[in-house]
This record gives sequence, C-alpha cells and structure tokens, in this order.
Amino acid sequence: MAAFDEMGEVPRRIYAKVARWLQESPPDLLASRRSQAEYMFRRIGITFGVYGDKEAAERLIPFDIVPRLLSRSEWTRLEAGLVQRVTALNLFLKDVYGARKILKENIVPPELILRNPHYRPEMIGFCAPHDVWVHIGGIDIVRIDADDFYVLEDNARTPSGVSYMLENREVTMRLMPDLFAAHRIAPVDDYPDELLATLASVAPHPDVAKPTIVVLTPGPFNSAYYEHSFLADKLGVELVEGRDLFVDNDVVFMRTTLGPKRVDVIYRRVDDDFLDPLVFNPASALGVPGLIGAYLAGNVTIANAVGTGVADDKAIYSYVPDLIRFYLGEEPKLKNITTYRCREPQDLAFVLERLDQLVVKEVNGSGGYGMLVGPHASQAQRDLFAAKLKADPSNYIAQPTLALSTCPASFDKGVGPRHVDLRPFVLSGARGVKIVPGGLTRVALTEGSLVVNSSQGGGTKDTWVVDDEGI
Amino acid sequence: MLARTADSLFWLARYMERADFIARTIEATLRLEYLPRGGTLETETEWTSALEASGAFEDYQEKRGKVTEIDAIDYLTFDRDNPSSICNCLENARFNGRAVRTALTVETWTAINDAWLELKRFEATRRAARELSRDGLTRFLDYVKKASLDFDGACYRTMLRNDGWWFNRVGLFLERADNTARLLDVKYHLLLPNNEEVGGGLDYFQWVAILRAVSAVTAYHWVYRDRVKPWLVADLLILKSAMPRSLIYCYEMLDRTLDDLARSNGTPGVAQRLARGTLGRLERASMTDIFQNGLHEFVTGFIEENARLSQTICEQYLFV
Repeated sequence: MAAFDEMGEVPRRIYAKVARWLQESPPDLLASRRSQAEYMFRRIGITFGVYGDKEAAERLIPFDIVPRLLSRSEWTRLEAGLVQRVTALNLFLKDVYGARKILKENIVPPELILRNPHYRPEMIGFCAPHDVWVHIGGIDIVRIDADDFYVLEDNARTPSGVSYMLENREVTMRLMPDLFAAHRIAPVDDYPDELLATLASVAPHPDVAKPTIVVLTPGPFNSAYYEHSFLADKLGVELVEGRDLFVDNDVVFMRTTLGPKRVDVIYRRVDDDFLDPLVFNPASALGVPGLIGAYLAGNVTIANAVGTGVADDKAIYSYVPDLIRFYLGEEPKLKNITTYRCREPQDLAFVLERLDQLVVKEVNGSGGYGMLVGPHASQAQRDLFAAKLKADPSNYIAQPTLALSTCPASFDKGVGPRHVDLRPFVLSGARGVKIVPGGLTRVALTEGSLVVNSSQGGGTKDTWVVDDEGI
Repeated sequence: MLARTADSLFWLARYMERADFIARTIEATLRLEYLPRGGTLETETEWTSALEASGAFEDYQEKRGKVTEIDAIDYLTFDRDNPSSICNCLENARFNGRAVRTALTVETWTAINDAWLELKRFEATRRAARELSRDGLTRFLDYVKKASLDFDGACYRTMLRNDGWWFNRVGLFLERADNTARLLDVKYHLLLPNNEEVGGGLDYFQWVAILRAVSAVTAYHWVYRDRVKPWLVADLLILKSAMPRSLIYCYEMLDRTLDDLARSNGTPGVAQRLARGTLGRLERASMTDIFQNGLHEFVTGFIEENARLSQTICEQYLFV
C-alpha cells in the first residue's frame, strides 16, 4: 500500500522551501539540530513516564526536527469539521444525561451508553454550566489522500499533548530560524490564554469577577505531570493535588499559606474514577472527598465535565456521524473511518475472517495498548485476538489498516517518510468553540510502523499552518 | 500560595544550601589531609568533625563504624542511606522543585534540573569506576558548589518578589545559619582565645579550614586586615553583618523576609517574634561576653533557637 506523502516526490507548493532546506542542509547540520533539540528538551525537563518501565522513569518523547505543514485552506476546512464534531459531542452529552432524545429515537443502542464503563449515572439530570461538557477535546485526525481528513478517534476525557505542541514550536523557532522566517506561520502561543478564557467563561458564578482556577494533577508520578505543571504555569494558576483541596458545605477550597481559598473552576487531569472517593473509587487517595457533591450543587465547575467518557468510546465513535446529523441536521464535514462493530454478529464474522487485514481495538483502550495491527501481527497474536473477540465481541471494534499519510523525518542515516497523525486541541466555552491552528503531529519513527503513540515509541513534530499565498 | 508549594520551596532552598555546605566541608577537610601529620591533626578526628558538622555522625557510626577518609567521603557524597548526603540533597531538591514546577521560573528549574542531570553523570562515572578518583572528587565538589550558585543566582535574578521568593529565602537562611552554627559547634575548642599558644602551628590551618568551609578566607582578610586569629574567626562567623554566612547576617535576612511575609499575609505571628528576639540578642552580644559565658553554650543555644524558629514557621504557615 503506497501511502500519501504530504510533501510529495515532486514537492507540493507549500513544501517547496522545506524540501529545498532538506536537500541543501548538510547531514552534519541536521544532526547537530537533532542533538540540540534533544538537549533542549532534556534540560527543560519535558519528559513523560512510561507505565511499567522503571528504568526509564523519565523519558523524552523523541522530537523530529522537520516540521509538518498544512496550508491555510486545508486548515480552514479541517477547523470547520472539528467545530461541528465537538459541538455535536457536547449536545450528545447534554442529551445523554438529560432528555435522552437520542435513545428515544433509537439512534444509538441504549446499552452502548447505559452499560458503558464511563457512563456516570450520578450525572443524570445535571446541567453543565453553559451546556459545555468537553471543554478541551483532542480529536485525532489522519489523512490517506490529499483530499479528505478522517477522524481516527475523539478524546473527550483528559486529552494530553498540548504542551508538546507549544514546546515544539519554541524549539523549532530557536533551532531553525531561517526556515521559520521563510514562511508565514500561524502562531500557537495564544493557546494558554484561550484556555484560560475558556475555563473562566464556565465559572459557576458569573458575578465573580476573577474566578479562581486550578489545575488538578495526580502528582509528580503521573506520566503527564510535566504537561500539568507546564499548563498551570502558562495559565498562571495553582497546580493542586487532591490533598491540597477540601470541601466544606459543598464548597471547594484549597489550602494556602493564608488559610482556605475558594476554588471556582477545576481543570482536572485526573480520571473520573479518582475524583471523589465518596462517589467513585473509594480507595483513591488522589481525589477530594465531597468534590462531586460540590459539583452537583453547582458551586464548582469541573473541566472536562464528569462522565464525558461515554462520548469518546470507540463504539460510540462509529455513531458520531449519526449524532452530527441528529443534533445539527448537517452532513459531517470530517469523515469517519469505516468501523466494524464486533457486537453485531455479521460484523464479527467479517472481522474474524479478515484479522490479517484489519486493526482491532478495545472499545475503551487508549494509548495504543490492547490493540492488534493485523498485517503486522504474528499468527499466534491473531489467534489470541480471535479468541478474545469471540469471548467478548462487544468489547472490540475493527477498522481497515489505513495507509496513514507520511511526512519527511530526519535521522542519522538520512531523511525518510514516516507515518503521522494530528491532534488538534478544541476548546469549548461559554462563547463557542476555539481552535488554535495546528495541533500536535505525532509520528511513528520506526520505519513502516503505524503506531504513533508516545507509549509505543512514537515521536512528535512541530505543525505549521502556513499561508497559501506568497510561497 | 498553596501551603504545599510554600513547603516545597522552603525545603528546596534548604537542600541546595546544605549540598553546598557539605561540599565545602569535604574540601576543607581534604586540605587538612594534605598537611604533615602531628599535633592535634588526626585523620580520624578531622573526618569525625566533618561528619558532626553535617549532623550525620551518629548515623554514620551506626552504619559504618570506624571513621576513615574513604568511608566518610563516600557517606557524605553518594550514600543514598545518608539523608543529608550531597546526592540525596540534590535528589530531594529536584523532587521538591518538580512538585512545584509552577512556582519556579524556567531559569530556576533549569538550574536544578541541570544539577540533577550532572549528578546522574557523576553517579554513572562512579559506578563504572567503583569510586571517584581524587581528581573526579575535586570536579564533583566544584560542580556541587556551582550548582548551588546557579540555583541561588537564578532565584535572585528571576523570581517574583512575593511569597514564593520569601519562603525560598527563609529556607536558605535558616539552613545557612544552622550550617555555620554546627561548624562552630564542632570546632569551638579551637577557637577559644587561649588556644593561640597551646595549639602550635598546625592549629592555624584548622582555623583557615573553618573559614574555607564557609568560603570566608578572603573575606576574613578584608574585614580584619590581620593574620588569622581564632577569636576573630568566631567573631566573623557570629557577629559580623558584612559576612553573608554569619549568624547575625542570616538573622537580619530572616527578620526582614519574615516581615515581608507578614506584610503581605496579614499579621506578624510567633515566627516574626522569635526571629526578632534572636536578632536582638546577636546585635547586643559582644565576643567578650560570648567567650565569658562559654562559646559552646552560646552555639548550642543558637542551634536550638534556630530549630524552634523553623518549626514555628512550618506551623504558622500551615505546612506541617
């Protein structure tokens, strides 16, 4: 399967200068840029932990110095599709925990929602402030040709990676100022301000002039801790752990050197399960007892809202185009990848016959764990998955193996195409949806590999939305 | 500011200061080692007092028994079982820094993280070669001193002058006062006025070693314009405001910083009163009085007061 290369053998117009730069830069210059980049990341401490990997408790996500380019017109199309999709997801969540029209009209099978492990019955009847549930959405986008953008998955819980989007830009600007200056590139550094405005807009009491916002982290041992501290720093708000907060009379406070201070908005990077031991996982030491009570009483806003996991489930994913039609009365602007729902017998039979061609994913898996890439798997791995599929079909979906588009990447032995995806970060607040142009490009640095997840050896790139004119 | 953040900033500063002090103590002790034997100078006593000054002697005895140069250095530098070893100080400093990344400027964090990354390289070298060479040790100690300079400089130049900065300063000066006092406590017998004749020539190098441990050899000469005399060494380390590691300077800074905190945080409390009290006593003291009432008693009393202040600050600002 020949993949679509975004630069192209005869470079596309927007890539002309990057192509020339790659051609004209001597290998040792590229090599020194690569090692400088690594040094900068290591120094700033942009690391992530990998679960089950004690030795490398703090690893760097590899950074590829060659930027990935999108033209302004491509971005405009993509942006419209993202706004549409996230708007529909917010309406869906409002409906799921509210009127349930979608079930009454049989658009989505009820068990996919009601038996979903991320469905939170505690939220029934809850009105999220301004009807925003997914304040920060990470929508994973792939391309397989020059025309269309496909959504690979929706991340509506606590999508991560935005710190890399921002730091990659800083590093690229410093390392390749000439290449940078040769383009007109949409800035991304207003993301923290946009995020702050989004969070402030959904504060529970609009009369509070300056709501107190905090970022809630599980702590330094969490794999994304760097990002949590980075965001709190850029937002200029406190980075709190569960033990820094307490609830009194349904109001949330943080412990400060001046005594208790009331908290209005919590940007949480802690899963639902660990938010409040009184309501969810009672063994959780990360949470704040009484937090959900305060939330339901309307005294604090939690972002993302509790219970958004039902919207980013891989089984629900296959219904998102229907959700868009149902709630917005529009045709979806972004395509979905053909998805076989193994819970449906004819799809299951189809999948079992073609395990060597398909990608099989756990409905609730994430981070590239618990998936089978059929064409790259051994017979034994496929047999194992066949058994899992038969035992619990509704836990799986399958998709065709996509020839993800490629972009040039730089290595010791030269420049070569590698598969990429894109995660734009979509902010929803009281004043609508806002997307900083670009997003995080993840790249599978192993030749031929399609898995871009950082936990599986993927890297990242800076993503440039460049003006079409003047190139 | 979050109480936990204040706590971490406070300890971060203390650990960086302590690492520096231990490095200087090792250096000063090593220089005594190079001197010819005899007189009061015994390897074992010197390393014992280095261990005592770092507050780790009892623990050392329990774990290692006999005091030797190799063991003492190893214990003070890379021993993970010694809570105050240099590597644990830097490790704890980074852990605290990481926990409060948002309260640190990029420059401050980079200084801590660079120090830690360098520590990892030293540890790898040491693992590969079983132990650090004399040369390696010198470079290691230089690096530790530079790490705390970088950290302190980054704090000084880049931190906002608000509670984060004040808690950082409070930690630094409490730790520094404690270090200077412990050094005096271990060496007080050498500094008594009648010691000049008794000790003979080698004592002179002991006095210089004390100055060296607090990087004050040059400062001494600028202040007194005189050859090194023991009571003046004591005077410099206790009562000279111009000397940045003297007890009185540390308390001037503590008093001022705690006042800043009180001004922004409402009313002064017990911590402010304690610091003011200790400062007042230092301001009224003279070396004659201190020697008359016993240098040892004075220093021990000071160490206790200093610890009480530390405890009080923790209680007052909610981070116990």
